[in-house]
Parts: sequence; C-alpha cells; structure tokens
Amino acid sequence: MGKFHDRILAFAVAIGLIVAAAGFAHAGPYEDALEKFTTDEFSDTAEAVTAVATSGNPLAAPLIAALQDGRLQFSAKDKKVLIKTADDKLIDAETGKPFAGTPPDDLDTVRVNNRLRGVIDAANGALTLMAPDPNQRYESAQQVFKSRDAAVLPAVEKALESEKVARVKKVLNEARAAILLAADDTSAADRIAAIEFIRARGDQDSLALLQSLPADLPADVRAAANGAIKTVERNLALWNTVQNLWYGLSLGSVLLLAAIGLAITFGVMGVINMAHGEMVMLGAYVTYVVQDVIRTSYPGLFDYSLAIALPLAFIFSAAVGIAIERSVIRFLYGRPLETLLATWGISLVLQQAVRVAFGPTNKEVGNPSWMSGAFDLGGILITYNRMWIILFTAIVFAALLAMLRFTRLGLEMRAVTQNRQMAAAVGIRTARIDALTFGLGSGIAGLAGVALSQIDNVSPNLGQGYIIDSFMVVVFGGVGNLWGTLVGALTLGIANKFLEPFAGAVLAKIAILVFIILFIQKRPRGMFALKGRAIEA
Amino acid sequence: MMTAHPLIRLLDRGSTLFLVLLGAFAIAIPVLNLLMPEGSALHVSTYFVALFGKYVCYGLLALSIDLIWGYVGILSLGHGAFFALGGYAMGMYLMRQIGDRGVYANPILPDFMVFLNWSELPFFWYGFQNFFYAMLMVLLVPGLLAFVFGWFAFRSRVTGVYLSIITQAMTYALLLGFFRNNFGFGGNNGLTDFKDILGFNVQAEGTRNALLVTSCIALAVCFLICRAIVTSKFGKVLIGIRDAESRTRFLGYRVEAYKLFVFTVSACMAGVAGALYVPQVGIINPGEFAPGNSIEAAIWVAVGGRGTLTGAVLGAFVVNYAKTFFTSGALAPYWLFMLGGLFIGTTLFMPRGIIGTYNNWRAGHADKAEARSAEAKAAAPAQPSAAE
Repeated sequence: MGKFHDRILAFAVAIGLIVAAAGFAHAGPYEDALEKFTTDEFSDTAEAVTAVATSGNPLAAPLIAALQDGRLQFSAKDKKVLIKTADDKLIDAETGKPFAGTPPDDLDTVRVNNRLRGVIDAANGALTLMAPDPNQRYESAQQVFKSRDAAVLPAVEKALESEKVARVKKVLNEARAAILLAADDTSAADRIAAIEFIRARGDQDSLALLQSLPADLPADVRAAANGAIKTVERNLALWNTVQNLWYGLSLGSVLLLAAIGLAITFGVMGVINMAHGEMVMLGAYVTYVVQDVIRTSYPGLFDYSLAIALPLAFIFSAAVGIAIERSVIRFLYGRPLETLLATWGISLVLQQAVRVAFGPTNKEVGNPSWMSGAFDLGGILITYNRMWIILFTAIVFAALLAMLRFTRLGLEMRAVTQNRQMAAAVGIRTARIDALTFGLGSGIAGLAGVALSQIDNVSPNLGQGYIIDSFMVVVFGGVGNLWGTLVGALTLGIANKFLEPFAGAVLAKIAILVFIILFIQKRPRGMFALKGRAIEA
Repeated sequence: MMTAHPLIRLLDRGSTLFLVLLGAFAIAIPVLNLLMPEGSALHVSTYFVALFGKYVCYGLLALSIDLIWGYVGILSLGHGAFFALGGYAMGMYLMRQIGDRGVYANPILPDFMVFLNWSELPFFWYGFQNFFYAMLMVLLVPGLLAFVFGWFAFRSRVTGVYLSIITQAMTYALLLGFFRNNFGFGGNNGLTDFKDILGFNVQAEGTRNALLVTSCIALAVCFLICRAIVTSKFGKVLIGIRDAESRTRFLGYRVEAYKLFVFTVSACMAGVAGALYVPQVGIINPGEFAPGNSIEAAIWVAVGGRGTLTGAVLGAFVVNYAKTFFTSGALAPYWLFMLGGLFIGTTLFMPRGIIGTYNNWRAGHADKAEARSAEAKAAAPAQPSAAE
C-alpha cells in the first residue's frame, strides 16, 4: 500500500468533507452519508465512513463500531441503514431510536474489505479527535502525529477549527504539520511552516520525522529542516542530560535512604552492621503486613497504608536494632572484624526467620493511588513514586540532621562519638546512648524499607541487594559525616546513571565499584574525613 | 625455643598430628573405596570420596584465610574471588579438553561460545588446552590480582574493616562481571560438562580418588609452607604487624611489603584450592564469587580457631560437615539459623575457636600443674624451716 492508496484515501476524505461542508438543505452531512452505505460499493462505503466520522454526530461512533464488527445492516430497497446491537436488536442509524416494525426482507450486512478497514481506523482516529474528553483528544492527536496518516488530515483540520484547549490545539497543529511534511504534494511555504511546528515540539519523534524527509527538497526547505534538526538535537541532548540527572538523583536518594542508617551505626558508632540490610527488609515487610491488614479489614484506608506503616516500621526496626545491640554488639565494641561476622550471622538468622514466616517468594506491596502514575515535565517523564521517594529522603535527612543538632539525645550522641570517656565523666549514660543510636540507625533503615517496598521486590533477600552499595556510599562519603553520606550517595547515583548509556547497567556498576576501590586507596577515609586523632582509636 | 631445630619448630605436636591424620585419610579413603567390595561394612562410597575431596579444598581455602587473618590481622572478605578465579582457570582447561565431544561438536569452541555465535576463541582462552599453562594461571591470576590489589591497598594503609569492605566490593564486582555472557566465561551457567582431566575421565572412581589424594597433598604442602612462614623470623614480624602495626613500622620494618607478600601467597593458595575443587564438583559458576561465600569461609576459620592453621582446616571440615548433614535432611530450613547462630556464638563465646580454646584450656591446665608443683616445691623447703 503506497502513496497511491493514501491519495485515494485523501480523495475520499476530501469528497466526504465537501459533502459535509455543502450541507444539503434537507438534512445534515451525516444523513447524506448514510445513503452511501446502501449502494453496496466499497468506494461509496469508504466515502460514507469518512463523512460520518467528520460529521460530529453522536451516532457516528456506534455506527462505525458496528461497521467494524459486521453489525451494520442496510436495505437497498428502502435506503435504510440499521445498526444491529450486540443482543440482536435493530436501531435506526438515522435517528438512533429502536427500529419499529418488520425489518425489510433484503436486509444485508455492509461488507468490509482491507482497504476499508484502513479507512475505518483513520475514521476512528478522527472520531476521537472530536471526543468530548480533552485528554482523549490529546492522546488521539499524539497518535495522529506518530502515524502521520494523510487520510486524517481533513479531520485534524476540522478538529483544529473547533479546538479550545491550548495543549490539545498545540498537538493538533503538530500532527497537521507532521502530515503535511510527510505528504509529497505540500508547497515549500507550507513545509517550512510545518518544520517550525516540529522544531518547536523538539522530541525524539520530531527528530525522526525531520531526518526522514527526502533528500531532494528545495534548498530553502532543506535549510529550514537542517536548522530544525540541529535545534531538536540540541534540545534532546539537553533533556537527556536532565533525564539522567533525574534518574541519578532518584537512584542516589534510594542509596542515601539505605545508607543513612548505616552512616549512623558505622559512621558515628564505628559498628559494622552487616544486618543493616535486614533492617530495611523488616521495614518493607512491616509495610506488607500493614497493607495486608488494610486489604482484609479496612479497604478504605489503603491510600493511608504508607503513612500508617512508616511509624510502625520505624518502631519495629528500631526495637530489633536495640535488641541486637543489647544482646550481641555491646559485647563486641572495639573488635570490628568480629562485629562484622556476628552481625552477618544475625542477618542470616533474620533472613531465614522472614523466609520461614512469610515464605521465600516476593510479596505484593501495592502503590497507593497518589504514588502511581507519572507526568511529563518538559521532555522527561517523572513517575510519582520516584518523586515521593526523593522528597521523603530529603525529609528524613533533614529530620536526622535537626535531631542530631537540636535535641538533647543528639547532643549526647555527638558527645559520646567525640569522646566517650569525657562524655561518661560528665554524666552521660554511654551504654544507653549506644543502644539508642543503634536503634535510631536501625529505625531509619526501617523507614527506608517502607520506601523501597514501593519500587523493589519485597522478599527476604531485599536487604542483601543494598548492603554492599550502602557500605560503598558511607565509605566513599567519609565515615562519621552525614553530609559526606549525602554527597557520596548522590555522586554515585548520578555517576551510575550517566555511565549506564555507554556501558550498560552491569558494567556501570562494576566501573563504580572499581572507582571506589581506587578512590579509597587515595583517600582511605573517604571524601569528607574527620580530621584529628580520634579516628585512629 | 630459639635454639630448637628448624624442623622441630616447623612440626610441633599439633602440626604432626594434623599431617598424620591427613595422610591417614588420604590413604584410607581411596583404599576403602577402591579395594573393599560394595556392600561391605568397610566400603566408602564414591559420593563420600567426592564430598571429602570438597572438604579438603575448603580446608585449603580456610588455611589461606587463616594465614592472613590469623597472623597478619587482615580479614579478607574477597578470598572467595581468588578461589573462584583458580577454579575458572581449571575450568577453562577442562572445557578445552572436551574438544568435539560437546553438544555442538565444535573442536575448538566450548559449547556456550557456539551458542552465543562466537566465531573464534577469545585471546584469554589461548593456551588453556595445555595443562601446565592452565596450572600456571591457577597460581598467576589470583596471585596477580592479589598483588595489584594489595599493592594499592597496603601502600595507602587501608586497614581493618575498610580493607574488608573493599575486598568484598572486589569480589562483588567480579560476580557482576562473570554473570555477563560477553565476559567470555559462560555467563551465569559457568563452565560445566567436563569430560577429561589429563586424559582421565573426571567421573571415574579412580580419577576421583586421585583428585582426593592430590587435594590432600596440596593441603599438606600448603600447610607446611604456612608453618614455615609463621614459625620463621618473618612470621614473628607478621604477628608484630597484627598486634601493633604502627610500632612495627616505627621499628623500621616495611609493613606494606610483608603484608603484600603474605596476601599474594594466600591468594595463590586459595586459587589452588579452587582449581582442585572444580573437577571434583564438576562445575564452576559466578555464584562462587558471591560475597556471602567469602564471609562463610571466614567463619570456618573463626570456628576452628584463627592463628592456629590446623584450626582453620578443622573449622572448614566441621562447619561443612554440619552443612551437608543438616541441609540434606528435614532440618534444611533451620540450617541458616544454625549457621547464623554459629557466627554469633563463635564471636561471643568462643573467640579463639575450637583449637584456640583447647590450647587455652591445656595451657591453663599446665599452669595449674606448674603452680601445684611450684607449691609443692615451695612447701618442701618450708617444712624444715618449720621444724627449726
């Protein structure tokens, strides 16, 4: 099917439009078109379809649907068109009322062939261009822009006349420009005007369209096209960078969320907690349990499930953390390598406990309505769940900083970190602070679990995937410095996403790991190392 | 002590007992497997031969970890990587030995390369059809990686947990890499379907027994090398580094060079362990690089007793036997609880491990006996004075 076919279609549509525009005295274009269905000629049917589609009559959509499904009946004798509904009732296509009386004896189905199916598809496109819902019109116009089907051009132009919503109008203009550019018989002036629209749109599809233009264009058109290609390319490169930044920010915030609790236990207390990932995992399972209870008992509360899960996850993970600190870790202070092994053992036990309790398979944790979906911002697509996680991470980070800076507990924590003996001498109960600090770090890991349950599989292995990354972030950023953790997480996240297009996800990750290994050689204490003798202790 | 003959220093009571036991197993198991008729009470199944051979390889891996952890204080969480690299080198040799007996019957390319539509052998596969070249690589690849890694790490004084974490990152990076098909090592399926080693069928009973004996010999030789290192003057410096690194440096020893040497030797031993492990298990895949494996190997050492060499091997046997025993029965879901408990319990209650605790107990016993005899001596001259 080539240009010829398109031209026939365009012609057919044009005829339809003329018929429509002429507006015969005795009836509207819709009624006139109906008659053509009764001739039992494919070409007439094609004209009729196009005319009906652009008529704006509310019966057009059901009529074309019926034609598509082989439910459109006609009687050549009575010049009557009837729509047979799915339950075999007959409706008069002209009035939309149920057909009364006996059906004509020469009733037959309107035949459809392949060419006609193409016309019907185009007509459907045209129909939705007129749909009452602006979102539907918008989507449909986008569809036309992508298909560049010349047959729809009249429909697009008609829709443009009546369109009031600015963003739909913009896309309709772009769709019209795309069709004009793709067609052979467009004048140079029209083409240049069309190129302007496409240049303004400036996305990947526009670039493809501009690059597909034939080589033998008039010089001025060619120049305009080349200029537009350059602009679009620059535009795309810019958005691509923005997109990578956004993805990197998103990955960085996930890393930060997972690592921030570790930054407290490892950075502030010097405890290697290999079970940190399992605290994250426990937080995710708390979310699962909360959603499970809501689903079975209070379905109306589903949108609040995360808000309910957050405090519970914090408390649960913190309690587990404190229990671990009191029962195991406090006996191992000053023996970091043994702490590492013992907490690894704890992580195995916790994983297996969850596996026995909930089974080894992934658990379904749903997105509340406000976390699902996405919106366009310029040239990038932003999903709500990523956006909320970035915001959430920022809030958690700020809250933690404020807590360490402004509360009594924070003051005591800093005191114990800086000089344990002096802190004890001025009356701080260091053992209690140790337990609370560990609880805080674990609790934040629990919060991370709630967030990660929205973007990752909730399984007993959830924590394993984050533990090495989290250690990398903390070590890279500098132990004992929350700002270092922030910078470390964002740097690694963004670097990872910028490497991915060149190297692929796995190689990017390997490159980052190798980079950190080399970086630690250069700065063994991370980017923002604590200065002084305290760290040697 | 200082005047003791080097050989006596090398073979103290524990070491002799260890070598004798190892030798006894290396002789008894093949004999009982090959010579005793099946069904006889004394017959040892071929399954057990392979299992024991596997344990011996784990023992060698544990020994290599003990050398650096127990005597230099470096906890490497990346020794699984050296083990796996040695295994891959052996696996590549075994793959080349398959020849045209593979599914695709390509005389040069292993099956997975044919499957991936590769037309020729990647350059790093050259030479692996030669056994001696492959064995050289078993030592060289892990050794070189350890040398380069250690050279960077020790020179910039990365110590303690930082070193543990970056060794873990190293094995994790290798894990990710080897999972990729285009790395040229069979992707996540790894290397398997081996047929021959040096012309002998790897599945045959005789080969399995020979591999077991070879593993025992390798373990014994490596054990002696380790003993030689730790009992020499060099070994005393190592212990000095472990207990007070800065002081040792201030005394004028080049700490980095000592660490680097031992780290590299240890990695080579881990590579040998991997190379012997692969033909006995019949497969090598990227799963061996998993960070969890390396940490598990560290716990074998901790359970047996670090800084004792014999303890490391004992720990590997005990933990792995327990693993085989528990994971094959109805208790399988509880194995991870036990393993986790082992990690926690050992560090909390038995930080010196089995051998260390035993030595302590014996030393305590000896102390008491000495104290008793001293008391008696003290009491003896006291009597006359009382008589006076």
